Amino acid sequence: MATVTMPQLGESVTEGTILSWLKQPGDPVHLDDPLCEIETEKVTAELPSPLEGTMGEILVSEGETVLVGAPLCEIAEGTAAGGPAPARAGGGWSGGPMAIPPEESGTSSDEVAGAVAAHGGAPGPAAVQPVAVAERILRSPDDRSRFYSPAVLRLASERGVDLAGVEGTGVAGRVTRKDVERFLATGPAVSAAPAAASERVTTPAVAAARGEPATGFETVQLTATRRTIAENMARSNREAPQAWTMVEADVTGLVRRRERERERFESEEGESLTLLPYFTTAVCETLREFPMLNARWEGEELRRYHAFHLGIAVATETGLVVPVVHDAGDLSVTGLARRIADLARRAHSRKLRVEDVEGGTFTVNNTGSFGSIASKPIVNYPQVAIVSMERAVRRPIVVADDAIAVRWMMNVCLSFDHRALDGQEAGGFLAALKGRLEAIG
Amino acid sequence: MPGATVIEAVRVTLEEVMGQDDRVFIIGEDVEAGGVFRATEGLAAKYPGRVIDSPLAESSIIGISVGAAHYGMKPVAEIQFADFIHAGFDQLCSEASRWCYRTRGEAHLPMVVRTPWGGGVHGGQHHSQSIEAYYTHLPGLKVIAPSFPADYRSLLKAAIADPNPVLFLEHKRTYRMVRQDLATEPGESRIGRARVTRRGDDLTIYAYGLMLHESLAAAETLSRDGIECTVVDLLTLLPLDLETILEAARAPGKVLVVHEDTLTGGFGGEIAALVAEHAFEYLDAPVRRLAAPDVPAMPYHHNLESFFMPDREKIARAARELAAY
Repeated sequence: MATVTMPQLGESVTEGTILSWLKQPGDPVHLDDPLCEIETEKVTAELPSPLEGTMGEILVSEGETVLVGAPLCEIAEGTAAGGPAPARAGGGWSGGPMAIPPEESGTSSDEVAGAVAAHGGAPGPAAVQPVAVAERILRSPDDRSRFYSPAVLRLASERGVDLAGVEGTGVAGRVTRKDVERFLATGPAVSAAPAAASERVTTPAVAAARGEPATGFETVQLTATRRTIAENMARSNREAPQAWTMVEADVTGLVRRRERERERFESEEGESLTLLPYFTTAVCETLREFPMLNARWEGEELRRYHAFHLGIAVATETGLVVPVVHDAGDLSVTGLARRIADLARRAHSRKLRVEDVEGGTFTVNNTGSFGSIASKPIVNYPQVAIVSMERAVRRPIVVADDAIAVRWMMNVCLSFDHRALDGQEAGGFLAALKGRLEAIG
Repeated sequence: MPGATVIEAVRVTLEEVMGQDDRVFIIGEDVEAGGVFRATEGLAAKYPGRVIDSPLAESSIIGISVGAAHYGMKPVAEIQFADFIHAGFDQLCSEASRWCYRTRGEAHLPMVVRTPWGGGVHGGQHHSQSIEAYYTHLPGLKVIAPSFPADYRSLLKAAIADPNPVLFLEHKRTYRMVRQDLATEPGESRIGRARVTRRGDDLTIYAYGLMLHESLAAAETLSRDGIECTVVDLLTLLPLDLETILEAARAPGKVLVVHEDTLTGGFGGEIAALVAEHAFEYLDAPVRRLAAPDVPAMPYHHNLESFFMPDREKIARAARELAAY
């Protein structure tokens, strides 16, 4: 027994009144036979039967008003007694979802139109048009155990899977992507192929496909800091096309100068003196010359800033934070050293205020402190460039007159948002920065 | 009931934007009295002279908007039903969409054309059309078709702020169907971004308008049977968010594109082609489209209308078949 409900006869129509019943309990009902007349504030219409069968109980009497969706009457499904069942359109196909059977692949749109007009819309097929090839592929009963989709072939070649050994659970025995993943997770040993897999690890099954065990791991809950880092990094990578470039600077003079000033500084300030404040000063001076790097990409516009608010990347126990030295261009090396030390201390003790991390216009990354000699930093979005200062190391290099000398060498790496600027400016900036670093001493 | 409907979101956004920028004005049929769907209700009284009733002539509504926009105004035209917009096709296609291009970027037309589209309300031939396929073929136009109230609000704002013409499609069946708290839901404010509304590993469904809601309902049903769908709300049809579309297709490798417009030449073909072109090696099944049959117009008859329109059951059936492949 199926229940027929009050249809919504127009946008914003919420109710309808039964004017009269055109079928009585026990009457045979054909598809599309008018069951009753309904009046709404917009239209009066007959309600066609969505089913074939025998009229059951009437639930709303004539003159009564009910809400859209309210049950109106019941119909016992079956062949309508006392009359021939209407011919089903489309050659009697009872069809699955997108059904136009293969043999009807030539169905013209006129025929479909006719079919819709004549069909009366039995609950069922959404007649998607003759896409016969795809239909055949989806429905063919022929053995498909040796047909491999692009996804399956890619996965198999990346993971070194012999597909002949994988059981197919798809249509007609087809091996699906999931079958391969299941095989990798649970199946026989996989010969270790060079994995070029680049997809995200999303499920244990997929993790297993990377050659990781499906069990024997622990789940690390993400902290708020971790989530923020993840979001910012992903956004930067997604939205900003980033180019990377590097120069090598001879910082022997700089290293010597730091050695000269270190003792006095440390006794006066009570802080250790690193190369970072010198480097930061040189960055500010160079930015003055190349203001296009001291900018933020804000939606549809690029904003170049007059002041230099430098973010300084600080690695803490809970993750990366980037406090900002505001107006860094106004500070001396001593002033910068003081401010950087203060921000770093507060970053480690998690006492940074909102204004300490906001409004940066350029970022300096001191990767050298990890011992790195080259790195590819990710632009601190929406800023347009980030520079990293690598470890200064002693190396033999060729100097004037083809002589070999031992010098303190440091790589300086720059990533930039290629939407905002080009290699010419980025390269010019790095060359000028290198010149400044080499001139210190 | 908590939250705002789609139509309320549209109305408060128009009211707010008109308050902020007196270059914004509304032109359309019966808009002074509030329009047939009440999108402009109360605005004529609040902003006298800025809500203008037009003759029943869509080419002039859009033509006047083109002229006004050229002279620095920000017209928001209402076409009473999307079915009537074709009378203004030439103005949109030959003038509005090419204005910036033919002036080598020197002139802009900051205009929006809002119009209710789609079926499911027994609107019959003249009040149910899907028109997106015609207008997404016009480079130079932006076409937006949101599904949730908050996105209606944020994207309508973005459309009015945009310096070039935007066609803003409002699915009339959803006008009073969904609610969202506009104070807490920011919505997508960037034209050209799609949103992954749901994540699943078995297949990906792409939809917009009413079909997005039907797809989400189908995904919910399927989830109970262990079939997990990724559902992508396209939001902007032109320009498309290729990155989100492809990212969503790759992991499941099975793709179903749903729209209520007829199949041949429908917008789904564009998504299908993009996936086939750019994610070929990730595909684990043929790309599928579920659409209305190639019939000249939406029927009025209740049973025929249901037959014509894709819905949650048809989507679920197509998805099951694809998942089983």
